[in-house]
Amino acid sequence: MISLEKVRQRAESDAKTYGYYLNSDPEFLNDLLEGLRKNEERYGYPSCPCRVATGNLELDRDIICPCDYRDPDVAEFGTCYCALYVRKDVVEGKTSLMPIPERRPLEKQARAYAVTAEKIAEKTAATTTKTEQPRSEVRKKLWYCRQCGYVVYREDPPYVCPICKAKREMFAEIAVRVDLAG
Amino acid sequence: MNVVKVAGKNNKHKVLVYALSTCAWCKMTKKFLKDNDVEYEYVDVDLCSQEDHEKIRKDIEKKGGHASFPTLIIDDKKLITGFRKDLIKEALEL
Ligand code: SF4
Repeated sequence: MISLEKVRQRAESDAKTYGYYLNSDPEFLNDLLEGLRKNEERYGYPSCPCRVATGNLELDRDIICPCDYRDPDVAEFGTCYCALYVRKDVVEGKTSLMPIPERRPLEKQARAYAVTAEKIAEKTAATTTKTEQPRSEVRKKLWYCRQCGYVVYREDPPYVCPICKAKREMFAEIAVRVDLAG
Repeated sequence: MNVVKVAGKNNKHKVLVYALSTCAWCKMTKKFLKDNDVEYEYVDVDLCSQEDHEKIRKDIEKKGGHASFPTLIIDDKKLITGFRKDLIKEALEL
């Protein structure tokens, strides 16, 4: 079991690495860290405390903290969706902290729900034959950052390159060809 | 579905909060209602069964929202997404 202190340290060091700050309200911060701790205990990974996780790693990958949406959200609004990571001007009180809109694409949320619906359907009608492909499939690809060469194997490229901070547009897909002949 | 009722003197409107047990904005929403002595009900969606979860999502979508949390439903029709103090105050005439 992971301790709250460990979760805090992890968030602190991550904030430092990326030049962010943690929420300056001790109670607010504690609630978020406790939420992360609880999710890690439930699912085996610290999924976002303010979003619904499925418990299926492939479907929840984009909302594992720090989530895919943190960097663009902090850049645009000064805070991540949960308000765990914030920008300097927010900590200094120059910009007020407000709830921000959900950036996670609807189709990703819908896919998680499709799994739930499929599971329920399976449970209730175990005899019906399935012809449709599950909508919940995740297709991963190789992406590389054209600026620094960082390579990542995921469904979508990151919004910001974690190494050189290049924008998403800098990423290109790597086409893999497997040649078995001679 | 485990619906928790919180008593309050301010009961002009029917207030239902769909929340997550882990979410800090949800907790602030609950606290705000309590501090204003508003009578309300809440459901911690992450603690619900998958069947209930589906039902809640459909309920929110039917009322024109997306399943994000907290979502407040006032008088069974007006939907507020997120802890928007200004909108909540206005809707509940606080
Ligand atoms: S919104 Fe914030 S707390 Fe939630 S997963 Fe993203 S970075 Fe973490």
